[in-house]
Amino acid sequence: MTATTAASTEAPRRAGPKRHRLGGLRHGAAGPLFVAPFMVLFLLMFLTPLGYAAYLSLFQERLIGGNTFVGLDNYVTALKDPLLREGVLRVAAFFVIQVPLMLLLALGFALALDSGLLRLARVIRLGIFVPYAVPSVVATLMWGYLYGPDFGPFAQLSRKLGLPVPHFLSDGWLLGSLANVVTWEFVGYNMIILYATLRTIPQELYEAAAMDGAGAWRIAWSIKLPALRPALLLTLLFSVIGSFQLFNEPKLLQPIAPDVIDTSYTANLYAYSLAFTGQQVNYSAAVSFLLGMVIVIFSYAVLFTANRRRTS
Amino acid sequence: MRRSSSTPSPSRMSRRLFLTATGAVSLGAALSACGGGSGDGGGSSSSTKPVGQADIDKAMKTPTELTFWTWVPDIEQEVALFEKKYPAIKVKVVNAGQGVQHYTKLRTAIKAGKGAPDVAQMEYQAIPTFTITDSLLDLRPYGASGLKDTFVDWTWGQVSGPEGEIWAIPQDTGPMGMLYRADIFDKHGIEPPKTWDDFAAAARRLHKADLDVYITNLAANEAAAWHGLLWQAGAKPYATSGKGNVSIDVDDAISKKLAAYWGGLAQEGVIGVEPDFTDAWFSALNRGKYATWITAAWGPVFLSGAAKSTAGKWRAAPLPQWDAAKPSSGNWGGSTSAVIKATRNPIAAAVFAQFLNSDPESAQLLNTKQSFFPATKRLLADPDFAADAPAFYGGQKVNQVFARIGETVSRDFQWPPFLDQAVTDWTETVGTSLAKKKDSVAALDAWQTRLTTYAKAQGFSVQAP
Repeated sequence: MTATTAASTEAPRRAGPKRHRLGGLRHGAAGPLFVAPFMVLFLLMFLTPLGYAAYLSLFQERLIGGNTFVGLDNYVTALKDPLLREGVLRVAAFFVIQVPLMLLLALGFALALDSGLLRLARVIRLGIFVPYAVPSVVATLMWGYLYGPDFGPFAQLSRKLGLPVPHFLSDGWLLGSLANVVTWEFVGYNMIILYATLRTIPQELYEAAAMDGAGAWRIAWSIKLPALRPALLLTLLFSVIGSFQLFNEPKLLQPIAPDVIDTSYTANLYAYSLAFTGQQVNYSAAVSFLLGMVIVIFSYAVLFTANRRRTS
Repeated sequence: MRRSSSTPSPSRMSRRLFLTATGAVSLGAALSACGGGSGDGGGSSSSTKPVGQADIDKAMKTPTELTFWTWVPDIEQEVALFEKKYPAIKVKVVNAGQGVQHYTKLRTAIKAGKGAPDVAQMEYQAIPTFTITDSLLDLRPYGASGLKDTFVDWTWGQVSGPEGEIWAIPQDTGPMGMLYRADIFDKHGIEPPKTWDDFAAAARRLHKADLDVYITNLAANEAAAWHGLLWQAGAKPYATSGKGNVSIDVDDAISKKLAAYWGGLAQEGVIGVEPDFTDAWFSALNRGKYATWITAAWGPVFLSGAAKSTAGKWRAAPLPQWDAAKPSSGNWGGSTSAVIKATRNPIAAAVFAQFLNSDPESAQLLNTKQSFFPATKRLLADPDFAADAPAFYGGQKVNQVFARIGETVSRDFQWPPFLDQAVTDWTETVGTSLAKKKDSVAALDAWQTRLTTYAKAQGFSVQAP
């Protein structure tokens, strides 16, 4: 993030004096110069590490016996690794349940705010967005406290009411508890994207629809939703990536739910533990690449189905 | 950082000169060690030759800057003592995180070949994970052998290698004992247990008398405590012989006895198994949910800060025993100073590591300022140290209790060269069995299988127990 902003502020400054000198050149020659700062950083910060990880994934370094070239062995092992499969399936399940819920909520909030029927719309908008401004580390620690089975407020409340204490951190509940944290964090973010899109719809369309006798629901269904489709697709893609890379939240809840969140709870967590607990950096690189591929395939599938629906 | 890279100080220049003069030998040794790879770790004999006093004196007068990675707060005070004695040497203290974070950075820097410190904080159990990669400097040539009798025997066992190498200098220790709530035991008319049998009986009686009270919490994610209890029980779960041979025996008869004992108590529901050092656990200690804390010598000071509301109610005692006639204990925690093999200033680094922990004044500061439980015999025998009687423990001489426990810690417990994996696998097998009240003895076998598989994949030849 900081790298790209640095590049964009540096670009005009660096290109400025050069342009004078290159004033006589063809118009198109300035293009690569403008792109160069980005490309340099892209190459250094993105492609090089990626290439290095790919290279690492073809080796096996062992504590005894040193480093050997093993070709695609790490990938073969990873494809057969039940822990990786479980991790991927778990985040897939997380995606299937959490993402639709979160996007529906975000959509609902965006439409409600856009309808102009709410009082204190600004306050509400800010209120929904604020959790996104809370770092996910802080958010998870806070929810971890709220989930506490002994002294967490939910547990204390249900004890006071004589109800059974909910075990948010137990096997059956944990994925749902994580989904709740993630939803809380990202609903506002997605809402803002959708809301911003809604604000770009020309007022004339609404007027024309009103002339034709359409009510608020009809307008939402026939004008707003179709206009939101690209934005929804965007949020969906973000969510695919976010879900499959789920890491912060389970990692931070691990100390308070060690018997549920093991080191392979999510695929990303598994790659991390392989590298830093097991010293299996090479295998970890292969696992990361496979995870990246799963994400690419999933994202492509989402795009593909969305496009097909649009053309049909 | 800024100081060393931007100012063209004379120290850098002379350090390079010094290196060509005296460092060539150890550099050569390091290079041959790197190139070896497939060898069986022979050829270390060349570096065991003692460095002459003249060389040491010269090095200690040559302006040098050492980097010291440590998480110990305010250790600058002890460092200042060293700098006062050796004004030519400057020590830059860097906090690179604690525990795993620190080790991960250290491994990365060592692997990268630059950026590693000269001296690093290192817990006892982490030492073999760095000697397996040949990353620590044997301190014998630098006079460390002469410190053998300065330190408590078992700590010397912990820092010594199989060939007699000295990999680090002990700094503080954590012989295990039991802190207990005298008031809770009194209230229910139960004697604080002296044996594990008594402890189990007391666990049942206490919980029966008050359903909100458990005798203790055995955290299902605290592999360190489990290893300490294994140590006490006399288990030898790991042994390394030669470089590539390791024996893993985490499910032997002693381990099974331990697993059956604690797993049984967990299944009966008379002990807690929640994760430790969490908010919930702190509040449990404050609210009297647990009548004891099975902890180590650093526990008393820690607890008096963490459970202020219970001041005056706690007492210290040795761990309950398996055999009351032969009292024994294990160690949990404490750490050392190790010199990284790639250091360009081996003499200064080695002298620093030794001074920091063995100089009487420095060792005493570590106790009074950092509240570290001593590793030196001299300080443990110091009447002032033993006389400390904190009000939190009702005026009991807690230091004395733990100093005596320290004498019962056995010397020959070893750690595996892949400790992190052992810890993680424990949590996912034995720890999980405790938390979920499943068969802990069966979980031991799963732990053994996982570790064996891992060790073989890492190229070790694994001896069957």
